[in-house]
Amino acid sequence: MLPWHKQHRFPGGVHPPGYKSMSTGQTIKSIPLPETLYLPLRQHAGQSAQVIIAAGEHVRKGQLLAKPAEPISAPIHAPTSGVIREIVPHPVPHPSGLSAPCIVLDVDGQDTSAKMHTVQTLASAFNTHELIQCIHDAGIVGLGGAAFPAAVKINPSTGHHIDTLLINGAECEPYITCDDMLMQTEADRIWQGIHLLCRILKPRQCVLAIEDNKVLAIAAMRRALQLFRQVFGCAIHLQVVPTLYPTGGEKQLIKRVTGREVPSGKLPLHAGVVCQNVATAKAIADAIIDGTPLLSRLITVTGEGIRAPGNYRVLLGTPIHHLIRECGGLISSTVSLTMGGPMMGMPLHSTDVPVIKGMNCLLVRTIETKPRQVMACIRCGQCARACPMSLLPQQLYRYARANEFDKATRYSLKDCIECGCCEYVCPSHIPLVQYYRFAKAEIRSQHQEKHKADLARQRHERKQQRIEAEQARRQQKQRRPAVETENNSVES
Amino acid sequence: MLSALLVFTLLGLAFGAVLGFAAVRFQVQGDPMVDKIDAILPQTQCGQCGFPGCRPYATAIAKDEADINRCPPGGETAVVALADLLGKPAKPLAAENAKAKTYVVIDEERCIGCTKCIQACPVDAIVGAAKHMHTVIKELCTGCDLCIEPCPVDCIHTREHITTTETWKWPAPTTQIEYREAS
Repeated sequence: MLPWHKQHRFPGGVHPPGYKSMSTGQTIKSIPLPETLYLPLRQHAGQSAQVIIAAGEHVRKGQLLAKPAEPISAPIHAPTSGVIREIVPHPVPHPSGLSAPCIVLDVDGQDTSAKMHTVQTLASAFNTHELIQCIHDAGIVGLGGAAFPAAVKINPSTGHHIDTLLINGAECEPYITCDDMLMQTEADRIWQGIHLLCRILKPRQCVLAIEDNKVLAIAAMRRALQLFRQVFGCAIHLQVVPTLYPTGGEKQLIKRVTGREVPSGKLPLHAGVVCQNVATAKAIADAIIDGTPLLSRLITVTGEGIRAPGNYRVLLGTPIHHLIRECGGLISSTVSLTMGGPMMGMPLHSTDVPVIKGMNCLLVRTIETKPRQVMACIRCGQCARACPMSLLPQQLYRYARANEFDKATRYSLKDCIECGCCEYVCPSHIPLVQYYRFAKAEIRSQHQEKHKADLARQRHERKQQRIEAEQARRQQKQRRPAVETENNSVES
Repeated sequence: MLSALLVFTLLGLAFGAVLGFAAVRFQVQGDPMVDKIDAILPQTQCGQCGFPGCRPYATAIAKDEADINRCPPGGETAVVALADLLGKPAKPLAAENAKAKTYVVIDEERCIGCTKCIQACPVDAIVGAAKHMHTVIKELCTGCDLCIEPCPVDCIHTREHITTTETWKWPAPTTQIEYREAS
């Protein structure tokens, strides 16, 4: 057994029921073109993209619509051909249910492509910088859900030595199966993407980690690896990891596979690891080999409330109501919609919201008639045992509830990954994660206020100094002519 | 008896000397409490507390001449922080001082370029030159409204901050804990 096959463990974790077979029964279908696409300018972590087209313009599939803003951002392309209607605020998938600026594209149904540079022959000649630029220009972000721009994550200019490239195929969240289906159907493409990532990062080893409940995906990836093993310049492994939520969490997977711990407040690259999702690897292969930017994504539409659960290839910007209609519609009118899985997902407040780059799952669940009763904390400590970050959820809950944010900070609230394990095991059904999110938001806004106040203080002091200096100068000026005339009179 | 007296006298003299030296050597210029209070205040320099700026208000609090609940831009957080610092009970914001956070905009059509608002702005958040249009840098505006009064053409208006997806904050959970009676 090789050293990296040693089974490391991360603390805590839970075993929620998977419900995965619900959406793996059928092949991947493509959703037909909707009439209108809504493309939010901010579909990624970082700054909003900047619009470069005007209303009324005709655009083709793959054409650049918005360019990235510095320093962390991603461009947005037209998923199909059509006419830009306007750029207006429209409901976006966000827990607030608020609207944000979106490019509204009236689809013409022609699906005519913009002239794309076919780089198939050139891909092998690209150097590291060109490869990263290509990924950046294609608007690729982490497709596992966090939507962090991929090009920023793999940029070696950070000066950290990366010795392990970790490809995340764990997909530990219940209900979600899009990575599983992608690995079953596009294994070759994923390995091509991983190979390109290896060319950029030049790691010592590359590990693809898949949870042991995805038997077909493991078999498909293993089969494809036989063909690709020769082309890799580094050690490459397919590691099967035991099913345990949240193995798919970046820090948990790093611990599980390499045994390394990402220091508090640091990034995986500080531990010498870069982690990318399998779907991101596939998108990278598409971008570099075919020259296709990120225009669509695979999304799991599942849950008890939808008629035809499954995995669908959907254009970015497709409104959720169109997606639901194509999936057979809702079973009843009282359903709850969630973007992502049941553990970490965000509630959606409207079916007008569009599919965005980071949306891996649309979970449609029938609303429980009687909501679970929230009861007092009995200090059983189960949450602390379940926490994969070794935090003390009970203490954090108390401090968040009492608005004692400095104490919560001292108990490492910012290390909480909001995985929901504590909430899952809580016998009192306390919405713990909600408390942590609230506390984190408050702490962040307090920091911002503090920063703003410091800036205001500085500017005020500068202004005072300037006024005083001005007055002093004026007084001196008034005095000087008087002195001069005195001198003159003495001389004469 | 005598030796005890002698020992305590000597000790007293020795400590007195140390304290006297420390008082001269480690003397602090100004009141450190004022700095601490000033650090908590939001520095809008708005004067809504009745003092001509944050520092004068901080000085007044340090001298126990003003209440801690007179700063509307600081809101409840500032009151709680001040209460913590000074060991006083926290109290709700004084009614005459309560107000939502705002910023100002200049109606650029009507601005005559008199520079009066620029002189009034305590944080240099207004840019412009004489006889040229002025404008407010929204990010720097503290919402003190000190520029509204001097404007001769009344072209400065208060606006409330609108919540966007980027400024939105997770609210506190509203679920009430139910206590069941033991049966």
